[in-house]
Amino acid sequence: MSAAERRANAIERPLDNVKNVSRRGFLKGMLSTGALILSVHLLPREARGGATPISLGTTHADRATLHPSAFVGVDSDGTVYIVAHRSEMGNGVRTSLPLIVADELDADWDRVKVEQAIGDWRYGGQDTDGSHSIRDFIDVMRQAGGTARVMLMEAAAAQWKVAPGDCETDLHEVVHRATGRKLGYGALAAAASKLPVPRKEALRLKNKSQWRYIGKGHSSYDLEALCTGKAIFGMDARMDGMVYAAVMHPPVLGGKVKSYDDKEALKVRGVRQVVAIDPFQPPAAFQPLGGLAVIADNTWAAFQGRKKLAVVWENGPNAVYNSAQYKKELLETARAPGKIARNTGNVEAEFEKSSHVIEAQYYIPHLAHAPMEPPVAVAEYRDGKVTAWTCTQNAQAAQDIIAEQLKIPLDNVTCHVTLLGGGFGRKSKPDYVAEAAVLSKKVGRPVKVVWSREDDIKFGYYHTVSAMYVKAALDAKGKPTAWLQRSVFPPIASTFKVGERYAAADDLGLGWTDIPYDIPNLRVENGAATAYVRIGWLRSVANIYHAFAIQSFSDELAHAAGRDPVEYLLELIGSPRHVDLKDTEYPNYGAAYTAYPIDTARLHRVIQIAAEKSGWGKRKMGNGTGMGIAVHRSFLTYVATVVEVEVDNHGKLRIPRVHTAVDAGLITNPEMARAQFEGAAVFGTSIARSGEITATNGAIDQSNFYDYPVARMPEAPQHTDVYLVDSDAPPAGIGEPGVPPFVPALCNAIFAATGKRIRELPLSKHQIT
Amino acid sequence: MIRLKVNGIERSFDDDPTMPLLWYLRDELALTGTKFGCGMSLCGACTVHLNGKAVRSCVTQMRQLENAEVTTIEGISAKGPHPVQRAWMQLNVPQCGYCQSGQIMSAVALLSSNRSPSDQEIDEAMAGNICRCGTYQRIRAAIKAAADATHERG
Repeated sequence: MSAAERRANAIERPLDNVKNVSRRGFLKGMLSTGALILSVHLLPREARGGATPISLGTTHADRATLHPSAFVGVDSDGTVYIVAHRSEMGNGVRTSLPLIVADELDADWDRVKVEQAIGDWRYGGQDTDGSHSIRDFIDVMRQAGGTARVMLMEAAAAQWKVAPGDCETDLHEVVHRATGRKLGYGALAAAASKLPVPRKEALRLKNKSQWRYIGKGHSSYDLEALCTGKAIFGMDARMDGMVYAAVMHPPVLGGKVKSYDDKEALKVRGVRQVVAIDPFQPPAAFQPLGGLAVIADNTWAAFQGRKKLAVVWENGPNAVYNSAQYKKELLETARAPGKIARNTGNVEAEFEKSSHVIEAQYYIPHLAHAPMEPPVAVAEYRDGKVTAWTCTQNAQAAQDIIAEQLKIPLDNVTCHVTLLGGGFGRKSKPDYVAEAAVLSKKVGRPVKVVWSREDDIKFGYYHTVSAMYVKAALDAKGKPTAWLQRSVFPPIASTFKVGERYAAADDLGLGWTDIPYDIPNLRVENGAATAYVRIGWLRSVANIYHAFAIQSFSDELAHAAGRDPVEYLLELIGSPRHVDLKDTEYPNYGAAYTAYPIDTARLHRVIQIAAEKSGWGKRKMGNGTGMGIAVHRSFLTYVATVVEVEVDNHGKLRIPRVHTAVDAGLITNPEMARAQFEGAAVFGTSIARSGEITATNGAIDQSNFYDYPVARMPEAPQHTDVYLVDSDAPPAGIGEPGVPPFVPALCNAIFAATGKRIRELPLSKHQIT
Repeated sequence: MIRLKVNGIERSFDDDPTMPLLWYLRDELALTGTKFGCGMSLCGACTVHLNGKAVRSCVTQMRQLENAEVTTIEGISAKGPHPVQRAWMQLNVPQCGYCQSGQIMSAVALLSSNRSPSDQEIDEAMAGNICRCGTYQRIRAAIKAAADATHERG
């Protein structure tokens, strides 16, 4: 079966939010979008024994004595190999998914070796974004471990001539309690490998009380390597005989080289040659941006050579983009009627007759991901085949774009995945990996493409710029009887389809159509906006601006009514229920609404926990100190955040404490989950304080951390307390849901402290630093 | 020809004297624990010790390094994890981990000049090291833990 067939057969999650909006463009409908079962079948017996074709890439798990699944192998020495098929970027997935396999296998974690998968559809989807790794793969992982465990128990039972049902396991051993006999997994692996692979129904999966690792967690598999400089990131990958490349990209998206002079560049010591990369054919999608590559013996020489290039650019139509003017247009569009995405009752009639109407507009500029490790990849093209090593969130998309760019079969592309020095969504777009492959073919050697920080900031897939308008009619007690909200932003789909100006249901389903308030007249709209830069998903995606508008406006209404913001928020959400979205196109992050409804009782609970733990209402606020609250459900997880601030007379902001309450259903690895929410508060701080990408005549104005500052230790929250709700609900997202409520909670706290309402980010625009 | 010591080993360098130490370490010596983050001394990912002091290797040119002693993350962990690294592990500091070599090198330098830094002193000393994952509160706690551990050993 070819890789393309494997992919077509692979049953992806149903439309998994934004990712699929984009993926539609280049996968051309190859993905099934309806079914739910994952593709990861246990390998048939015939496929065992090392018969796996080379192009698939074999793993230690494949080659182990017992290997009943693509994800796990048990060797005769007792070593258990577990394949991590999704990308590690600090999310902990390389630890948490293998832990689930190890749990059902009842393996000793100290005897487990985790190996990173190459891009390969036999594992199912590998695009590590959208906070759904655990949710989508917990069953697959449990089955993988459970399958091996059953086979080991059966092998032991046959040897002891007892019923398999009388055997149990205990930490890497099969045990027959009645006689006290024990056999280690290693000793049983060969015999177990001769047994038929059991069907899913025949597995004896553990019940919750038997779990050894799930819900308890473990520190990072890579912890020591990460603390000693031994961990290998994309920046650290090397191939024999490789050369280094720095690419001068067109300053304006879609620009072309009109003419260039490379004489001075070629004089730089260590520079070998200058190579042109063709401009992309719109839509940009994941194609290389085009431009000129300086090929050199080391990174420094490549950077120096690039500085000496003299290029005349033909900028093309995107040179009209000036973000200051664009902002005005966006805010204007947001004030005019848009496309209706959800409609209940009659907001217009209610606004007509109401004597008390409040409206407000909110705005967040473009943001850049700025992972600490800029995009980087090394690739070798040889004899019609490509091997790449890179820090990618999406090895399969890297394979796709390389095959497409070099016009070679997908099976001829092998993409190895290193650790990622941060991702935040940037590294699920593999344009830089394609650059390395294209350049390798041109220069006839392995090429390592290194993006500088300036490349990263100036040539990103930007979090979209957005304008929101919200209007409410209020009754005598200050409670809304009608609510209209409209968001306007160039959509992610524009990167994958030329001229796309409206948001997809996927974008709007990120915190906009799913507003959980109990209001009889409610309308949700979206206005059109043209994209002039590549728009891409960034950690938490549209939830960032949607939560900012809704949760800031809610706080405004609470203060207008003279009410306590926590009590008011609880009332807005209303009675315990599942929010009715029957008449709304709502993808629910690709999950079935029956399994993951919007449960207002869970929203209430996290608000109450955050309020109680923070001592809400018990402390005197004002005069420069304040607390703010916000709540938001995203990636199926419920989060309430209380932020404490101090703002002095000069606008100097300090964030002494953050309290975050999280209901994410079953949490596999609580300590790592806590870390994700601590980090989300810092990520949110960067967005709120200083996150702003602007453009002049189509070119991005910012370039490095001096003009695109991110939060440093003194600016970040001094301490974030995370409270995880103990829950029997199915697992939900961890990596992203912490960011959206943080930003409005911070701004609401600033209002409480200073009386200054923040409707436009970043805070640096308001002399708050 | 520039002669220097890297992690105690004698080295000689005969290339572009304006090359930053960072790229010599990474591309020539394959000491990849030291990371590239910004190239402008803004993020601290490339922090190493030059004659015992923390410097940003991305702006330290090779021509400045005649007879210099350079220590990288690989150098401080040669004889097993350093107390600061142990504290980092105890508190599960890293997320993606990319910046942590630089963070650890800055922390080691801080503790060598200030055996029990206050929160504010830690914030000031570490403000040059960016962590985009947001591990700052654990970094602060790990520095204190390492300081305490050093005191206990006397």
